[in-house]
Order: sequence, then C-alpha cells, then structure tokens
Amino acid sequence: MFDLYGRGWQMLEGGLVTVQLCLTVLPFMIIIGLLGASAKLSRFRTLRIIGESYTVLIRGIPELLVILLIYFGGTIAIQNLAELISGEETRVDIPAFWSGVAALALVQGAFASEVFRAAMQSIPLGQIEAATACGMTPSQIFIRIKLPQLWRFALPGLNNLFQVLIKDTALISVVGVEEIMRKAAIGAGTEKAPFTFYLVAMLMFLAFTTVSLIVFNHLEKRAARGIARA
Amino acid sequence: MFEDLLYVLGKYDTWLWRGFLLTVELLVISVTLGTLLAIPLAVARVSKKVWIQAVPFSFIYVFRGTPLIGQLFMMYYGVGQLVSNIDGIQDHWSWVYLRNPYWYCLLTFVLNTAAYVAEIMRGGIQNVPSGELEAARACGMSPWTIYRRIIFPRMWQMIWPAYTNDVIFTLKATSLASTVTMMELTGAARKIVARTALPYEAFISAGVIYLIIVYTLTFGFKGIERYLRRNERRKDKPPGAAKPASA
Repeated sequence: MFDLYGRGWQMLEGGLVTVQLCLTVLPFMIIIGLLGASAKLSRFRTLRIIGESYTVLIRGIPELLVILLIYFGGTIAIQNLAELISGEETRVDIPAFWSGVAALALVQGAFASEVFRAAMQSIPLGQIEAATACGMTPSQIFIRIKLPQLWRFALPGLNNLFQVLIKDTALISVVGVEEIMRKAAIGAGTEKAPFTFYLVAMLMFLAFTTVSLIVFNHLEKRAARGIARA
Repeated sequence: MFEDLLYVLGKYDTWLWRGFLLTVELLVISVTLGTLLAIPLAVARVSKKVWIQAVPFSFIYVFRGTPLIGQLFMMYYGVGQLVSNIDGIQDHWSWVYLRNPYWYCLLTFVLNTAAYVAEIMRGGIQNVPSGELEAARACGMSPWTIYRRIIFPRMWQMIWPAYTNDVIFTLKATSLASTVTMMELTGAARKIVARTALPYEAFISAGVIYLIIVYTLTFGFKGIERYLRRNERRKDKPPGAAKPASA
C-alpha cells in the first residue's frame, strides 16, 4: 500500500531531509536565541538596540521572503565577496540546503531570543545577587546559575518554536531542497496524482509534529522534576 | 545599488502597489471569515460532550500540525484535480472560478486562520473566572445570554494580544499565495527578480512594505485593546483619586 507508484522510498528520503533540516537548524536557533536574548538584556545600549531591531525586523517579514532573499541575494553577496578576494570572476553556488538552514536559523533565532529573554527574566534576582556576592564573574553566573535553569523556563516556548520550525522547513521546497513537500510535488507532477502525494506529505508532517510534541512534553516533565508541584 | 533600488521602485511600482492591495485583501477576508468560523469551533471545543469536542479538536489538530504550504498545495493541486475530474465541469459556468487559484488560497487561509484562532479562543473561554459564570447563572441568564454578555467580552479581552499575533501570522502566511502563481506582494517581488535579477532591491522593498503593514496593524490593535480593557482602567485610577503631588 505504501508503494505510491513506486515512489514510497522517495517520500521517506524526503522525510529524512526534513529531519536533517530541523536538527541542523536547532543548534543555530538556540545559539542565535541566546545571543539575541543576552544582547537585549545587555548593559550596553547599542547591543540592546541591535537585539531589539533584529527581532522587530524578522517578526514583520514573511519567512518565505527571508528564504528567497537569502537564497537569491546570498549567492550574489558571496560571489561578490569571492571576486573581491580572488580578484577574478568566479562562479559560486550556495547549496539550497544551507541557504535554507541560514534563513530558518535567522527567523527562528529571532523568536527564540524572545523566549530566552523571558526565561532569563524569570530567574529570581536574589540568586543572581547571591552569586555576585559569592564573587562570581558575569560569565560564571551565566554558566552556573542562569543556563541550568533557563531550560526549564524556556522549554514550553521552545516546544512551540520547534513545531513552527518543522512546518517552516516545508517552505524550503520553494528553492528546490528535496524535502517532503518537494518530493511530493515531483511525485504529484510525474504521476498525475497530486491528491495522493500531498495527502501522504501532510500525514508525514502530522507524524513529525506529533512526535515532537510528545518528546517536548516529556522533556518539560523531566525539567520540572526537582520542583515542588503546587 | 541605490540607483537599482530607484529603478525597481520607479519601473515596477504598479506591480508592488497591486501586490500590496491583493495582500491586504487576502488578509482582511481571511481574518474576518476565519474569525467568524472560529467562534462556533471554539464553543464546540469547550463542550462537555466528547463527541462534540472531537470534531473541532481534530480540525484544529490537523491544521495546526501541518505546514500551510502543504495545505495550500493539497487544496489547489489535490482538490483542484479531483474537481477537474468531474465530468463536464470544464464546460460549466463555475469552471472560471474553480480553476482560479484565488479561491483556493482564500479557502485555505480561512480554514487555517480559523484553526489557530479557535485554539486561542478555547484558552480564553476556559479562563473566564468560574465565579462570574456562577453569578450569571444565579441571575437566571440563559446559556446564550451568558455567552453574549459574559464569556465573549471576557474572552476578547484575554485573547487580544494573542489574536494580534495571529493576524500578523496570517499576513505573513498570505505570502505563500505566490507559490500558486498569485501576484500578491511576495509574488510581485519574485516576478521583479525574475525580470531584473535584482533580488535585494525587490525583496527588501517588499519586506519594507510588509513591515509597514505589520506596524500599522500592531498600532491599531493596541488601540482596540485599550478599548476592550476600558473596564480595568478604573482600577489603577479610582475616580476622584488625587493626582500624586509633583515633587
């Protein structure tokens, strides 16, 4: 039954690419999110302005536009850079996969920085004062006090973001990365059966979002295990 | 680079303008119809009967759990193909509408918005303080009156910030219409890039227009929020309270 005109494997390969995309974006998203949150809570006004304008800009622009801009614009930018360095005409192609990863990391990073900022502000001030009183440096406070607790406060937000991320990877099909949607489009076109192929694609996405929900709910429970339940 | 921007803006301004109008049109219709559809869904979602709950639950689950671009392709290519297979449909008067991507886009956006809004409305309805409901029942209000006088006004107050986010989400979602050949803002920008090979100028112009729409919306919705929460203003400033003396 899962033969799909002999294209069942193709769809599964697409599923693998979707998983790869999500898992590649995730660490970048977290790093950008932490940097963005630190910038927003920084003592320096310039950093705060940079952090705020980053989220303000990204929040208002459609993901699809960011993906297109980085895919088409990024190629030109890197080409110009390469020509500047080598001094001769060069032809550069960024793989669509990586331009997609860059675009999604940029978009999701902005939302993650909001999540992490809220989480950082949930850490009781008394703990920070206590740590300062113990003579810890700001970076020690970050690693020893803030980071371990951040996860508990940030997990519900990250849960949500990861759902959005899974769904947003489908947009990268527009620039030709062969993930689920792209494979479904190819199958739909060649076999003249769009309904079947898109239905399978949707079921695959539904399965991914459901698994992610279950995993994150488990993580949330685990992160709260040391906390007394009200 | 700057001359290129002026060139794009000067030569293709009508495309961007029409794209802007189509984007706003898609947004307004999707949000209006989506919200209207979300109300019965949310009310059914909080029903105590499991079999009534199940319908909106599965609707919301499917629409929130799958990418919008997939829903759109499913409608436009999938359902479109099923429709075109009906005998003699291509000679029918309705065929002009049935092959137009505009209607498939609208249908998808309306259903998608309804699913997201219904979910936040569910949260709002469930968070109405139970004391207020008991009081309303004690006054002898019928369930419909309770919804109209107590639950809905309370719900709107609570969900407004989340609802604002959802409207912005729908605005960004309309950009997907460009993948089924619609010439809204993103579609117009893509066509300009195809013509001129100036991706920065075209995409950034479109991006700036999106930002303008988003911040106009945010500003307007903030104003409505203040109106919705007008009963709370009395709490911070009781009537007749003296202004703090300036030091």
